[in-house]
Amino acid sequence: MSGWTRDEMMTVAAARLLWDRCVCFVGIGLPSAACNLARLTHAPEIVLIYESGTIGTRPDVLPLSIGDGELADTAACVVPLPEIFSYYLQAGRVDVGFLGAAQIDRYGNLNSTVIGPYAHPKTRLPGAGGAPEIAAHALQTFVMLKATPRSCVAKLDFRTSVGYLDGGGSRGRTTARGGGPRAVITDFGILTPDEETRELRLTAVFPGASVIEAQAAVGWPLRLAADIEPLPEPTAGELQALRELHTRTNAAHSRAVHLPA
Amino acid sequence: MALASLRELIERHVRDGDRVALEGFTHLIPFAAGHEIIRQQRRNLHLVRMTPDIVYDQLIGMDCARKLTFSWGGNPGVGSLHRLRDAIEHGWPGPLEIDEHTHAGMAAAYCAGAARLPFGVLRGYIGTDLPSVNPRIRSVQCPFTGEQLAAVPAINPDVTILHAQQADRAGNVSLTGIIGAQREAGLAAKKLLVTVEEIVDALPPAMNAIVLPHWVVTAVAHCPGGAYPAYAHGYYARDNAFYQAWDGISRERESFRTWMDRHVLGSRDHRGFLDSLRAAA
Repeated sequence: MSGWTRDEMMTVAAARLLWDRCVCFVGIGLPSAACNLARLTHAPEIVLIYESGTIGTRPDVLPLSIGDGELADTAACVVPLPEIFSYYLQAGRVDVGFLGAAQIDRYGNLNSTVIGPYAHPKTRLPGAGGAPEIAAHALQTFVMLKATPRSCVAKLDFRTSVGYLDGGGSRGRTTARGGGPRAVITDFGILTPDEETRELRLTAVFPGASVIEAQAAVGWPLRLAADIEPLPEPTAGELQALRELHTRTNAAHSRAVHLPA
Repeated sequence: MALASLRELIERHVRDGDRVALEGFTHLIPFAAGHEIIRQQRRNLHLVRMTPDIVYDQLIGMDCARKLTFSWGGNPGVGSLHRLRDAIEHGWPGPLEIDEHTHAGMAAAYCAGAARLPFGVLRGYIGTDLPSVNPRIRSVQCPFTGEQLAAVPAINPDVTILHAQQADRAGNVSLTGIIGAQREAGLAAKKLLVTVEEIVDALPPAMNAIVLPHWVVTAVAHCPGGAYPAYAHGYYARDNAFYQAWDGISRERESFRTWMDRHVLGSRDHRGFLDSLRAAA
């Protein structure tokens, strides 16, 4: 299959980070596509959990919301929402939390609350949802967002979800039980935290993307790993699975629903 | 438990200024009840809901609310709730006080409310700025280990309204599928009102099913389609195309008011609302 977009590459790169049988708490949007692509390709036994309480779900189409009926129909079990957050997430039974955000800083802290001051926001965003506790308690998190100087910022307008706080050992001094962000998947490549300082560094780039482009897309002086890995382009199998998933999803979401009589 | 019409339920049990929770996590959202509150022009409500969704966008845009307790205020998978944003960003149609949490925090607050405990406790709100803007998010020290844990005040709504698949004639209510925090929000309330797809002679026997027993239910109204454009598992699907269309309908104040006037205020009841959508399709 020839040709692919950066959006596709981003989803594929994120999906490749997941492994078979891992337990993954899925955010809606980009993470949902990546997690389901992993399930449809190399990780058929991945356990996907959505915050609506659906555990081990295997949707044929991507859900528009985190609570579409498709998720319940194809789940191993459906539990009440307080259980998913207390007995599973807080209890440390989630390997990977997969999150999106409007803003990220160099230590992987996330903003999904407001742009501008909280009391008088320039843009009011949807808010925290499940993200702060996912960020705290998943054993590790992956973050997906498109990088621009407005999304990758030197200082967050609001810290909704914790990454490595102020870097170094500062996260370790909180009561967060999870390990924090292990990778940030952008539309040019992947950032990972330095072992000591916990500052995000460029460690991998997509085919056709450059270090200069990456540095221009990030609003802080982006550090580079000693060896930057060039990521292989999407395989024909990955592209086909992803495109078929999107085709099924678009058809399902635009299908007219019979209004209840 | 009393069986009544939805209009009677709202007339009798929802007062101006009440703390009202219409729960339902994407699934079983009590839209018909929200629309009836709008028709009856309740004012100054303190609305409580984890995910405000379109139903609270409508209540806020129609000036029914003065305060909102919530944890995620978007149109799932689509983007913003424009009426909620307009209220927070510009104070239209009136100022809206917000009491903002995380999902885990609200779940803990509902659980505490259901158990009639004063607060919910969780290992939560770690490293987030939320406690700095919401003085109701506090901490408590574990008396056994000394660990600092987050504490949130119990939520005990004056009225919780749920939509469910079935009730029997005694008023036992059965919910299946994704059930969010509905059971906790229902048991936390001073009054629990329920709309249902179907009234049946007897609920099918099912151990461990989610059932709200008749003596915790204040009143039930038969309201088929009462969760539309959200869904009722086993009855009808979520209208994702409508959720996408709402982005355009609600983006401007005028187009929002025109739609609400035509379809909600212009309809006598929920059956009329659904008929008006069919006519416009």
